[in-house]
Amino acid sequence: MTVASSSPPSRLPLGAAEAVAPVKKAKSRPGGDGALAALFIAPAMLGFLVFLLWPTLRGIYLSFTDFNLLTPAEWVGLGNYVRMVNDPIFWQSLWVTVEYVVLNIGVQTVAALAIAVLLQRLTQSSVLRGIVLAPYLMSNVVAGIVWLWILDTQLGIGNEIIAGLGADRIPFLADETWAIPTIAMINVWRHVGYTALLLFAGLMAIPNDMYEAARVDGASEWRMFWRITMPLLRPVLAVVLIMTVIGSFQVFDTVAVTTDGGPANATNVLQLYIYDSAFGRFQFGYASAMSVALLVVLSAITILQYRLTRAGQTDLG
Amino acid sequence: MAAVAETTTTVRPERRRPSFGRVMAWTVMIAIVLITLVPFYWILRTALSSNPGLNAQPADPLPVDLTLGGFERALGLQSTEEAVAQGGAGGGLKFWRYLLNSVLVSTLITACQIFFSAMAAYAFARLRWRGRDTVFALFLAGLMVPTIFTLLPNFVLIKELGLVDNLLGIALPTMFMTPFAVFFLRQFFMNVPKEVEEAALLDGAGKVRIFFRVLLPMASTPVMTLAVLTYITSWNDYFWPLMVSYSDSSRVLTVALAMFRAQTPQSGIDWSGLMAATLIAALPMLVLFGFFARRIVSSISFTGLK
Repeated sequence: MTVASSSPPSRLPLGAAEAVAPVKKAKSRPGGDGALAALFIAPAMLGFLVFLLWPTLRGIYLSFTDFNLLTPAEWVGLGNYVRMVNDPIFWQSLWVTVEYVVLNIGVQTVAALAIAVLLQRLTQSSVLRGIVLAPYLMSNVVAGIVWLWILDTQLGIGNEIIAGLGADRIPFLADETWAIPTIAMINVWRHVGYTALLLFAGLMAIPNDMYEAARVDGASEWRMFWRITMPLLRPVLAVVLIMTVIGSFQVFDTVAVTTDGGPANATNVLQLYIYDSAFGRFQFGYASAMSVALLVVLSAITILQYRLTRAGQTDLG
Repeated sequence: MAAVAETTTTVRPERRRPSFGRVMAWTVMIAIVLITLVPFYWILRTALSSNPGLNAQPADPLPVDLTLGGFERALGLQSTEEAVAQGGAGGGLKFWRYLLNSVLVSTLITACQIFFSAMAAYAFARLRWRGRDTVFALFLAGLMVPTIFTLLPNFVLIKELGLVDNLLGIALPTMFMTPFAVFFLRQFFMNVPKEVEEAALLDGAGKVRIFFRVLLPMASTPVMTLAVLTYITSWNDYFWPLMVSYSDSSRVLTVALAMFRAQTPQSGIDWSGLMAATLIAALPMLVLFGFFARRIVSSISFTGLK
C-alpha cells in the first residue's frame, strides 16, 4: 500500500535506509501484553486523539457554525458554504493557489528530476548532495526574506544584473503578473534539492547492469533516460508528485513574508485568506469551511493522481 | 554520446572520454550549485555591509563598508538612536530571547515526540494486544489529514487550555506523536530479529527492560536521523507559532524574523540588519547540518511503503 498524502509534506518521505522494508504481517493473538501495550501507547494515543482526531472532527463541525472565539459556536447549517460559493475572493484565492501550484510543481519536478539524474549518472558525490539540500535547512521565512532582498527592484543584485545587461528592472514581488511566478520559484529554490534527493533514492534502486547493457548496445544517455530511467522511476515519481502537490497547496509562509497577499490580492493564496478570516476578522466558522474545502480539493487530487499514475505501474524485473 | 562497446565483460564501468554531453552536464551541475549557494553568500555579504554602503554600491560582490552594525542591531546591542542612525527601525528585538525560545520549543518537541513515538512503535511492532492492527490503521489514516487542517481547531483548543502565548502551547500539538514518527520507528523495530528479544527474555529481562536496554539502543541510528529532521522541521515552523505566540515570552525566531522584516523604518528596509538576523536564525541549522550532513543526505529516501 502506498500512504500517499501526508500532513507535513516535509515529513512523510524521509526514511532511514534501515527502515526500508516491506511491512511484515505479524500474527496478532488477542490478549498477550494488553496492559503493557496500553501503557506504552498511552502518550501517543493521547496526542493522536486530542491533537489530531478531535481537531479534525471539530474543524468539520465548526465549518457549520458561526464562531468568533468569544461566544459559543452557533449552528448555521450550510450558511458558511453558501457564502463561500458566492465569495469572489474565495474563488480568486483558489485560482491564485492553483496557479501557484501548477508553476511550483511543474518547474520543481522537472528540475528535481534533472538534478537527480545528474547526481546518478554524473557523480554520486555526497558533498554535492549535501549542497543541493542546503536551502531545505532554511525556513520558508528565511528563504522568502533572502529572495525579497535579491529581487528588490532598486537594490537587489538580481535586478542589478538585469539592469547591467541593459534590460528593464523587473518588480518581481511588487507586480501583479510577476508575484505568483516569483513566489513559486522561491519555493522551488528551497524544495528542489529535497525532492531531487527523494528521486535520487528511487534512481539508486535501478540496477546499474541495465545501463551497462544499454551502453553495450550503443544507446545514448538521452535514450537510456526515456527507456530505462523514466519507466522504472515512475512509481516513485508518482508518490513524490502526490506529496509535493499536497505540500504546495499549503503555501503560506513565503507569501506572508514577501507580499502578504498583495499587490491587489494577486498573491492572496487560500491559506492566507483562511488565516486572515480567522485571525484578522475572527470568522472561525467561515475559515473552517474554507479549510474543509481545501481538504476536499486535496483528497480529490490525491485520489485522482493515485488512480492516474497507478495505471501502468512498472516494477523492476 | 556514443559509448564504446565493450568486448570483454568487466565488472567495473569503464572510463569514458569527456564528451560534449558530459561537459554540458557538468556545466548544468555547476550552475545548479551556484544558484543554490550564492544566496547564502549574499546574506553574509549584506549582513557585513552598512545600509548607506548598500544603497551606494548595490552590485559590489564584497561587503560594502565592512561593519558589524547589522549583527549588533539584530542582537539588540545598539541603542535606539544608534540603530536609527544606521538605518534600523530601533524596535527592541530580543534575538537572544527568541533564540532561546526556538531552542526550547524544538528540543521539547523533538525529545518528547520521538520518545513517545518510539514507545508506541514498540507496542505496534512487538507487543501482542487486541485491536492492534485497527489502532495502527487509524494512526496511519492520520497521515492523510493535512496539518494545515488541524491548525484552527488546535488553536481553539490551546486557547481553551489557557496556553496561548506560552511555549508549551506551541509544542503541545506535536509533542506526543506524529503518525510519521510512529510509522518510521515501527518499521525499524519490525526488522529487528526476534531472536535478539528472545535471548533477552531467556535471561529473565522484562519487556519494558528489553525496550529500554536492548531495542532503543539498537535504534539509535534511525532515532538520530528522525531527531535531526524533527528538530529542523520544528525550528523552521512559522504558521503555528504565528497563531499561538503574541509576545516576546513565547516568540520564536521565525516569527521574530518576519516581524523584523515588517517593521520598515522610514529610510527603507534595514537590509543589513535583516540579513544579519536571517543569518543568526539560520546558523544553528547549518551547524547541525554540518555535523549530520552525511547521515541526513543518505537517509533521505522512501519509507518503502508499497
